[in-house]
Amino acid sequence: MKSLYAKIAVLALLAVFPLFVGSDYYRHLVIIALMWVVIGASWNLLAGYTGQVSFGHAIFFGVGAYTAGLCTTQLGISAWWGMLLGGPAAMLVGILIGFICFRLRGAYFALATIAIAEILRLIAIVWRDFTEGMQGILIIQTFRSKVPYYYLALGIAVICMLLIYKIIKSKWGFYFIAIREDQDAAEALGISTFRYKSLSLMVSSFFTGLAGAFYMNYMGFIDPEVVFSLHFISIMAILVSIIGGAGTMWGPSVGAFIMVMLQELFRSSFFGYAPSWVSHAHAMAFGVLVILVIRFMANGVVGDWSKITNLWSKGKPAALVTNGN
Amino acid sequence: MHFFETHRLTKAFGGLIAVNNVTFHVEEGEIYGLIGPNGSGKTTVFNLITAYYPITSGTIRFRGKEMNGLPTWKVCKEGIGRTFQIVKPLARMTVLENVMTSAFCRTSNTAEAREKALEVLQFCEMEKKIDFPAKGLTIGDRKRMEIARALATSPKLLLLDETMAGLTPQEQADGVQLIRKMRNAGITIIIVEHIMHVIMNLCDRILCINYGQEIARGTPAEVANNQNVIEAYLGKE
Ligand SMILES: Nc1ncnc2c1ncn2[C@@H]1O[C@H](COP(=O)(O)OP(=O)(O)OP(=O)(O)O)[C@@H](O)[C@H]1O
Ligand SMILES: [Mg+2]
Repeated sequence: MKSLYAKIAVLALLAVFPLFVGSDYYRHLVIIALMWVVIGASWNLLAGYTGQVSFGHAIFFGVGAYTAGLCTTQLGISAWWGMLLGGPAAMLVGILIGFICFRLRGAYFALATIAIAEILRLIAIVWRDFTEGMQGILIIQTFRSKVPYYYLALGIAVICMLLIYKIIKSKWGFYFIAIREDQDAAEALGISTFRYKSLSLMVSSFFTGLAGAFYMNYMGFIDPEVVFSLHFISIMAILVSIIGGAGTMWGPSVGAFIMVMLQELFRSSFFGYAPSWVSHAHAMAFGVLVILVIRFMANGVVGDWSKITNLWSKGKPAALVTNGN
Repeated sequence: MHFFETHRLTKAFGGLIAVNNVTFHVEEGEIYGLIGPNGSGKTTVFNLITAYYPITSGTIRFRGKEMNGLPTWKVCKEGIGRTFQIVKPLARMTVLENVMTSAFCRTSNTAEAREKALEVLQFCEMEKKIDFPAKGLTIGDRKRMEIARALATSPKLLLLDETMAGLTPQEQADGVQLIRKMRNAGITIIIVEHIMHVIMNLCDRILCINYGQEIARGTPAEVANNQNVIEAYLGKE
């Protein structure tokens, strides 16, 4: 119950945030963080809960973003149609990848996701007539104010989290975790591991594609190097989940805010207080962060919350505090 | 038509023929024993029945239906449950969640799955351990949870692979009780076991294999006195 109140409080805070914070800069950061809540939760459903690690979630983000962009450049309709079509388009790609990879076990899926993301990035670069190539797609944003985008992002994040929460508490959730724990045991319990891995990927790719379509509409500009990026999207999706706590319900949400904050601190060289080379060191800093998290909080901030609070209250080193789960 | 039957069941791993022309049948309500020395092919027979390996040749029929080619999860849906010799707990789930996962085999409703799981755990006398994380269980409890999990899929035929191995004598006695209780609840059972007094006590009929081939079959008394069986287990004089 206590945690339910906490969630309602956080939601209420987010709902009134733009009313009290007029700065577009901070509004922008929270919009991006909310977008990462969606992508992180999607990655987490597939990898954290179902055990199917993707190194290429940029596939779905990029397909969603390009679907929205191409609505305008190719079909001459509003990029907002992308909000309707981006999710299904990404899901279609997900179904195809699952169909090919999920009959096999092991690293095939993980490797395929890296390869396919690279292939899509190259296609988006090379096929200039269709995608505008490296130039990217530029559209005119509908709103000048951040506020409509803010509430749209919040709405998507809330719907995404509610749906994933429902899924995790249902038969699907049990089946996903069973597959993560032991695929042989899962099959013996009547679970079609192929079907349920595919379902997990479908939900995951849908929401990641939706986030991509939102990104196109919000930023007004995409190019292949950003939306199909291993670094900015695929790895970031993993970091958001791992830092927050893979396989926990709310970990990726927390991780999204932490990571967006960290990214911004580095991008701005700690708001100019640090020397400017710091802004180039953020990839390395993220690497160090991952090592620290894996060493001291393998279950992420949410998964190892008790370790953190113990650290605060008793001053014990985190590694020595055993937690029950 | 028999309740369950295999006909000339054969499995080759490359040059090694692990199961060789094994034909047997089980009637509804029976407890059927499958015995043999280490490496004789018992687990492989189970893995063929539950489609973990493709069959090299031969057929499997269950309640009149040919099972060849069905995937593992469908074999379970058809009503064949199994346990694993090397237990496969869903480690980061509780006992209740493990059993609920398998109860979803027959329902999509969470409350119903929970009810079924609790009922099965009660039946297996594990109700005190429902909230234990599976990875912390003793070997005895792990084996029992495997049985509970298989039961929660509502099987008509249950394959038990060395569920008594590594248990204390008391746990073994409880295990024998549990298997009898399952049979009385209408479940047909094929049991693989090395512990002879368990097999002799429980089984109606027994098939003994060695190097993948049948060497004896019959009632427990007949098999226990069979010269081939004695030689297979103790070696030739
Ligand atoms: N996947 C596999 N690949 C190759 N050979 C295998 C495989 N599985 C089993 N075998 C071989 O098949 C033979 C039968 O093995 P199986 O596990 O069925 O024996 P078992 O009767 O269950 O033995 P135990 O009593 O020790 O459990 C053994 O020689 C084993 O090495
Ligand atoms: Mg065996």
